[in-house]
Amino acid sequence: MPGSRFWIVLKEELGRLAEILIAVLVGFVIAGILMWLGGYDPIAAYIAMFEFSFSDPYYLATTLSFAAPIMLTAITFAVGVRAGLFNIGAEGQLYMGALGAVIVASWALPGPLYLPLAIIVGSLMGAVWGLAAGLLKVYREVNEVVSTIMLNWIAFWVVEYARVYIYPNPIDASKTISMPPAGRLPILIKGTELSASLIVSLVFVGIAFYLLWYMVLGYEIRATGLNPSAARYGGINPKKAMLWAFIIGGIASGLAGVCEIAGRPPSYAITTGLSNLMGLGFDGITVSLLGANHPFGIIPAAIFIGALYSGARGMQIVTGVPLEMVKAVQGIIIIALAVPGIIRLIRSKIRRGGVKVV
Amino acid sequence: MSELGMIIDIIEGTTYAMTPLVLAAVGEIFNERAGIVNIGLEGIMLLSGFMAVVAAEATLNPLVGVLAGIATGAFIGLIHGYITAYLKGDHIISGLGINLFALGGVAFGIEAVWGVRGYHTPPDAAKVPDIPVVNISPIFIAMILIAIGTHYLLYRTSMGLKVRAVGENPEAADVVGVNVERVQLLATIYGAALTGLAGAFLSIDWLTAITKELPAGRGFIALALVNFANWSPLLALGGGLLFGFFWTLGEWIKNMAAVKAVIPVTLMNTIPYIATLAVVAGLIGKSRPPRYVGRPYKRE
Repeated sequence: MPGSRFWIVLKEELGRLAEILIAVLVGFVIAGILMWLGGYDPIAAYIAMFEFSFSDPYYLATTLSFAAPIMLTAITFAVGVRAGLFNIGAEGQLYMGALGAVIVASWALPGPLYLPLAIIVGSLMGAVWGLAAGLLKVYREVNEVVSTIMLNWIAFWVVEYARVYIYPNPIDASKTISMPPAGRLPILIKGTELSASLIVSLVFVGIAFYLLWYMVLGYEIRATGLNPSAARYGGINPKKAMLWAFIIGGIASGLAGVCEIAGRPPSYAITTGLSNLMGLGFDGITVSLLGANHPFGIIPAAIFIGALYSGARGMQIVTGVPLEMVKAVQGIIIIALAVPGIIRLIRSKIRRGGVKVV
Repeated sequence: MSELGMIIDIIEGTTYAMTPLVLAAVGEIFNERAGIVNIGLEGIMLLSGFMAVVAAEATLNPLVGVLAGIATGAFIGLIHGYITAYLKGDHIISGLGINLFALGGVAFGIEAVWGVRGYHTPPDAAKVPDIPVVNISPIFIAMILIAIGTHYLLYRTSMGLKVRAVGENPEAADVVGVNVERVQLLATIYGAALTGLAGAFLSIDWLTAITKELPAGRGFIALALVNFANWSPLLALGGGLLFGFFWTLGEWIKNMAAVKAVIPVTLMNTIPYIATLAVVAGLIGKSRPPRYVGRPYKRE
């Protein structure tokens, strides 16, 4: 029935979706102008980008393989936002998770033990890194935006140190020792990079959803994010809720790091300068914001950003546009998303005759 | 090396290391005093550093490069200020977007302009020359004057009173006829322009290079410095001296032969970040932000 609660919610959600689409459009248009300024052909670049992201099963598999880790780093940011925090430390937590997996890979173990141990050690190391920011926030009132970035840099140099001095690959100096074949996540489609890390990610997103909306802890996290004073009045300990938000976020990103080591061919290792890990944490911020910080919004948003990366490979081959363009697009999209009620704004401009509509 | 030489080295290094931190922190203090948070300092430094190299190299004139850096910062400040002050957008999300855009945009730009991946060094003619004899950068001198001048502006002029009023109580400022949004926008442009100068200092003065890791977290260390300085430009100058000294000492220690043999440089690179965390963690309860900082002001 029109006017009923269902329709109101539907209209609200569609409005939000339209806003996100406008932000994405703004991102593409401005990035197109930048490409044109840089001497490239933006139309050809976008056509190549689309072809190389969805046009055949191989590219689709690549898209999904890129979507998997950023789904998890998006959960880090989303759970933080739900608790009223800006946890931008997924990057460092992911590095630590990857290091955890490499540490396990360096042990002599019976084959079946590698994967479960890598997941446990990597998630724990990610959680510890997240918890560090949490403790600084809760007990020392250190702003998490500053602390998580400092921890990202510390993680970068610690992992880089470990890569060079503790776990170098004896055969190939450009990476650490690799995860032994017994500890690798199976490839889902032969000949592609898509491994079971996608399944791990989807399952974790599901768990995060259940935790946030069907468990007491999730309720406490969300209540803290909405209004910490009211939450405390209602008998919730906001400090505890925040700490858990950091821990859950750390587990998610740590797991993403493990999946990159156990489930990404061909290296199954950390490469020079952490080049195969760099940026995955920050991509999660875009994914989370595009997905309205909701686990189920995050899945399509991650596939979208994954498609950008998959397509950007094609774009680079066909038109020579550097891969990094994708990050610039993301930045513009986020800036556009910061503007509240874009739609209302455009409508009022049209009504006032400020913008001509063709 | 004599001990005197070592001391002079560390002092000289400190003048360099503190300059970008203080410039960005003083700028951020100014716009936070007006109620606008800009966590995009890192991105502004990076973009301004890039534009400074492009402009200085094209004209072989470092002054043009410095001005390009300042202008780039001011332009980003204009965008951020418009979104936050006029459109009532989220301060943090807009700042995050600036940082992410800079990361991709500059990596893209380096390849688009010079056809190389990730690293470019400008020619000597594009570099800001040191002041002869004393071997310090003119931007270091400018930074001190800017910090003192901004302090004066904030506490001794009616403009500064307006800025502080807007950040403490925008409603009251509005009632007495202050144009809240305009003050916030101008303060944000000024703050970002100073951060732009910091970026130009990094790329065509101190480090004379442009990479996508140029600021290396300095934008966020500057945010920590804002807190440390309790939102006072003069204290930011003192705090910057401390942070800059730690940074230089770290650089110096990690390159000592005796230390290098035991602890590799890669691990010692963590020092500035650990020091920053330690300093900020020790501050608890000692600083107070402007009351209305980071909240969009909506007229009832």
